[in-house]
Parts: sequence; C-alpha cells; structure tokens
Amino acid sequence: MATEAISVQYLSKLYATRDGGVAALDRISFSIEEGEFVAVVGPSGCGKSTLLKILAGLLAPTDGSASLRGTRIQGPRRDIGVVFQAPVLFPWRTVLDNVMLPIDVQGQGRERYLAAARDLLALVGLRDFERRYPWELSGGMQQRVAITRALIHDPAMLLMDEPFGALDAMTREHMNLELQRIWMEKKKTVFFITHSIPEAVFLADRVLVMTPRPGRVVDDLRINLPRPRGLDAMTTPQFGEYTRHIRALFNVKGGLDA
Amino acid sequence: MKSPKNIALSVLLFCASVVAWEGVVRVFEVPAFILPPPSQVALALWRGFGSGLYLQHLWHTLLETMLGFIAGSTLGLVLGTAVALSRPIEFFLFPYIVMFQSLPKVALAPLIVVWFGLGLTSKVINAALIAFFPLLVNTMVGLRSADEERVSLMRSLAASERQIFWMLRLPNALPFVMAGLDVAMIFALIGAIVAEFVGAQQGLGMLIQSMNFNMDVSGQFSILLILSVLGLLLNRGVTMIRKRVLFWDPSEKERLDQERVSA
Repeated sequence: MATEAISVQYLSKLYATRDGGVAALDRISFSIEEGEFVAVVGPSGCGKSTLLKILAGLLAPTDGSASLRGTRIQGPRRDIGVVFQAPVLFPWRTVLDNVMLPIDVQGQGRERYLAAARDLLALVGLRDFERRYPWELSGGMQQRVAITRALIHDPAMLLMDEPFGALDAMTREHMNLELQRIWMEKKKTVFFITHSIPEAVFLADRVLVMTPRPGRVVDDLRINLPRPRGLDAMTTPQFGEYTRHIRALFNVKGGLDA
Repeated sequence: MKSPKNIALSVLLFCASVVAWEGVVRVFEVPAFILPPPSQVALALWRGFGSGLYLQHLWHTLLETMLGFIAGSTLGLVLGTAVALSRPIEFFLFPYIVMFQSLPKVALAPLIVVWFGLGLTSKVINAALIAFFPLLVNTMVGLRSADEERVSLMRSLAASERQIFWMLRLPNALPFVMAGLDVAMIFALIGAIVAEFVGAQQGLGMLIQSMNFNMDVSGQFSILLILSVLGLLLNRGVTMIRKRVLFWDPSEKERLDQERVSA
C-alpha cells in the first residue's frame, strides 16, 4: 500500500463579494499517493488555481484542511516546489543562479547543491546553458529552468499551475513528453493544473475533474495507459474514451470551455 | 546607420552649416552682439581656455554639479526607499512630495542663495534639490513595481520580507533608479547654473551673466558650447554605468525611455 502524500479534507474557500460570497471551493476532499501524478482539469473559474494556492500555502482556506506528509499546510513551506504559468525567472540572474534561488532563500550553501543543479539542468536538456541569462532562452527553455528551480531543493511535492499554457502547441507537446520523462526519473508527487483535457489525460495517473460555482470535484478518474506514453498514445481509442468522458461531464454542467 | 559613408556625410553637414552660419552673418552684416560668427566664437573659446579663465570656472561648476548630484540622488534613493517600504511614511510625506513635485524648483534658487550665501554651498544645495526628485519618484515606483508573480514565487519559497526586498525588489528597481540618475545628472547641472545666475563669485553660469552685462555675445556662445559638451559627457558617464549595471536587461533602452519619470 502506497503512502499518502497529500490529504485534502472538506476544503472550502469563500471569496467575499457584495452580495454575500462566492464559493471558489466547496468542501473538496481527495488524497494523492506518494509519487503519483495527479492532474486537475476544469474550466476557468472552477477554483483550480485557488486550490493550488492553498496547497502552496499562499492562501488560507475558509474551512477544512490540507496536509502534506501528515503535517497541515498553514503557510509557505520549503518541501514544496511550485511552477507557475509564466517561468517567473529573475532576469538579473543566470540560469544557474535562477535554479539556485530556493537554496539562496533557504540560506544553504550553494556548493552542496551545485552537482544536483548541473544534473537537473542536464536532465532537462540545458547542460550548456547555465551561464546564460533568461532573455537568451526560448519560452520552452525558460519553463524548463523554472521546473529545474522547483526541483533543486528536492521538495516532497511539485505543484504546477498550467505550466505550459503559454507555450505554442508544438512546444507544449514536447514539454509534456519532457515532463513525463523527468517525473519517471525523479518519482515526485505532482499536482498538475491544466484546462486542456488531452494534456491531463496524457500526463496523469489520475485526473480530478472540477466544475465551477461552486468549485467541486465531480470525478476522480484513473488513467490506465501504459508508460512511458508517446504522443501516439493520444490517438488510441482508450485515450479518446477518457477525453470523451471528461468532456461529457463539462457538457452536463454546461461549463464547457476546454 | 553608422556606415563610413554616413559618418562622412554627417561631418560634411556639420561643416556646411558652420560655413553657412559664418557666410550669413558676414553677408547680411549681422552685428556681433546679436549673432556672432562661428569664427569669433572659436576665438573666444581659444582665448578663454588659453588664459585659464574657462578652466577655473568650468572646474567650479563641475564640482557643484557633482556634489549636488551625489547629495541629491543619495537623499532621493534613501527617502524613496523609505516611502516605498513604509505606509505611514508615505501617508505623512506624500502630500508634501506631490506639492513640491509640481513646483518649478528653479524658482527656489533666489531663496537658497539668500540662505546659504554666494559660495559653493548654495549651488550644491540647489543642484541637489533639483536632482533629488527624479531619484525619489523612480526609486519609489521601481521598488513598488515588482511583478506579483515573482513576489508569489518568493512567498512560495517561504522567503522573508527582507529577502524579498534584497533578492527581488531592489534589483527590480535598478532600471528605474538608473533612469532617475540619468535625469538627475542633467538636472544637477541646471540647478548649479541657475544658482550661479542668481548670485555667485565663480562658475560658468556666473561667467555667462557677467558676459551678458558686457554684451560679449561670442563669449556667451562659447560658454554655451562648453556647457552642452559638459552635459553630454556627464550624460555619457551615467549611460556607461547604466549599461554595466543593467547588462541583464536587453530591452533596457526602450524600457527606460518609456518608464522614465521626469520630475
């Protein structure tokens, strides 16, 4: 039996508005096992970003709780790595210095992590770029630096908020393959938010389907496709079955925009 | 644009306009106290530098400008940081800043000369006062303009406010600060010259003033020439520092031009 990495119980988040309040999240419960890749898919406004912010400790829930490895998430913590939609690199830092940001913030000696940083950069295919500056890299390369930065301090969990949403379709497919490769090598627990149904099915072990107003998890779908998955996995009948199933859930709820 | 052909063309254009100026003044017999020919301006320049007169005054103005620039921009940097970091300081100070901001600072020069005398002090204070504002405003805006996502990233790493300041807000403010320094440099020169106009014993501004009384127009032209070269060199100096500090910002040039906040 695998151990539980994340446990979310009856999590609610209310945003105050003029006429009362709107429930961004409504009593959400789920758990993620150690090393599992879980994708959350839903239309905009379904509260998936709110959920990620709570898990990252950037936002406090109105009710309920979220725990990581048995301890409650009550603020930002150092055993979590976050990748945002934009690479959010610091332009005055080189690639290597950007990767080292978490180490600098934690006040640890860089020497201990230098080898790890070089290994990770090699893993994402940026071996020869450590002295470059962000503006010298393409969008996909910048996002790979961001992923490396999220992994450098060896976090228990990786939170990804539509990390490839700003990339073009070709680069995005490529990055999906890369991420699968990195994940299979590192065996991190990944919580991946996207509004692309195929991306969610392609990457994840499990897909949580969310619908808005109020934000709820309406399905928890296990994806039984063999790994490693190639891009041609997307054309299999099984793959189509999964995406059709998820899309149907949105159609029922009338919240289709993906 | 910088092809040898274009450079040659540009030099030729310059020579042609100087010759045309000389020609027009001579042909139409324009009196020298209205518009002196370039030859006379050159002569005035030659004499002024030859006697050591210009150099002595130039040195004085340069000293006032640099001291005013350093004092004014340091103060602007410190106060701008304080205002950006502390809401109470902003609340109590900002109305005065806005009020002062809209005041043409050169109008204060007569008062400052009365308060601080005809010597170096009043010039430095006037220069500092004018150089102060671009730094204050740009530092404030720069420190406040850190990208929300970058702040979120720092927060998600459990960074302290102090770390967010040193690792994110300060480097992020540098392009703004450098743009402020750019403006402050020229402003300091203006401040020094204006204070010299009002009352001084030395300096290029005072020299212009006394030449004006003596109807020495070619002398004034020669000083104007020196001042524009001085302004250009000071500006170049700041630009060189800026390029060095902001090496990481490729869009540096366009961005500075857009975001420059002039006081």
